[in-house]
Amino acid sequence: MSKNAIMAGLAIFVIAVLSPFWFNLGGTDAAPEPELSAKAKAAEKCVLDKYDMRANHMSLLDEWRDAVVRDADRKYHAANGKEFQMSLSTGEDSCLGCHEDKEKFCDRCHNYASVDPYCWECHTTPKEINQ
Amino acid sequence: MKKSRRSFLKVAGVSALGIGIAPALKAVEAATTGTPGAAVRTKAPEALTAKRWGMVIDTNKITDKIAGKIVVACRKSNNVPDFNHKPDEEKYPNTRPVNHRQELKWIWEEHFNNAFPDKEDDFLADKFKDLPFLVTCNQCKNPPCVRVCPTKATFKREDGIVMMDFHRCIGCRFCMAACPYGARSFNYRDPRPFIADIDPAFPTRSKGVVEKCNLCAPRLAKGLQPACVEVSEGAITVGDLEDPNSEVRKLLGEKYSIRRKQELGTEPSVYYIM
Repeated sequence: MSKNAIMAGLAIFVIAVLSPFWFNLGGTDAAPEPELSAKAKAAEKCVLDKYDMRANHMSLLDEWRDAVVRDADRKYHAANGKEFQMSLSTGEDSCLGCHEDKEKFCDRCHNYASVDPYCWECHTTPKEINQ
Repeated sequence: MKKSRRSFLKVAGVSALGIGIAPALKAVEAATTGTPGAAVRTKAPEALTAKRWGMVIDTNKITDKIAGKIVVACRKSNNVPDFNHKPDEEKYPNTRPVNHRQELKWIWEEHFNNAFPDKEDDFLADKFKDLPFLVTCNQCKNPPCVRVCPTKATFKREDGIVMMDFHRCIGCRFCMAACPYGARSFNYRDPRPFIADIDPAFPTRSKGVVEKCNLCAPRLAKGLQPACVEVSEGAITVGDLEDPNSEVRKLLGEKYSIRRKQELGTEPSVYYIM
């Protein structure tokens, strides 16, 4: 009698624990690749190399913001010899100057990783303004 | 195998030395070879710089028309919303109705007796009674707003500009209480629907942050004069207060000027030539 109850309880427990895994089985997509604009492809080199950029762009932006707002330094001479405007969204040599399409470049990964940075509450994209 | 205490201590000592020396060697190596072509941050060569930025407003040259132009130019250049602007229904559907008493002020017109309450006088020259006085953030040398900011979102830059890092502002509004000039305004709502033409050269603000005049620091960094100076037809001059040969110092040396609420000891950097 008690044996049956234990087995049933165990079965329910196992199902409950594993259900999230079953639920997601087959439902997940592969990680999206950000799509480079023609301009970004032509430029070849970004501020840091690809993997460093992927992992650390948020701290780079943080550093840039402090440099621009607090020290009034706006030019960034990168280690790879290229020069950038330390700006997310203004000017030709800013982030968005090259990576023109925010939806295809920023949002794809951010949505996938479920991060919701509030950059665009204030910063504007050219697309948004001309719409 | 039996080890004597002596040989054990010898081995332990050498290993401790080895553990300690490895990071030291690495540090020396890094210092001598250096990271290859480390990144450098600089100002643009065309940037305008000063030891302490100041502004001189010649009240004789300001007319209603010029004052209006200045306010509009400032709004446009800094994406300051105007709550009289009708939001675009398509782009911003369901915008809440506006409270027209709300305002976001960077530079605005004020009557003499409000701008200079301590200098009010029954026998004040008539011309001052009708003159529009343009008031703005005074970029104080001793800014009370900076002292009260709990997150260091407001700070005084080395060149004297009292700036805000909007990213860090938590909207506590202590600075608004501290500022004796009312130069700070709070975004009670998303300002975007009320900006007629968003200037892509400067971000907008978001709901829940305080904002104020920043002496067009982003424009100065590009070698441009502030937006108000550009359209003022010579009524506003901006320059280095610490440089005796600068334009602003020449103006101040020639003519009588006053500052707002000087007795509070905030040391405003905005001067009014009377």
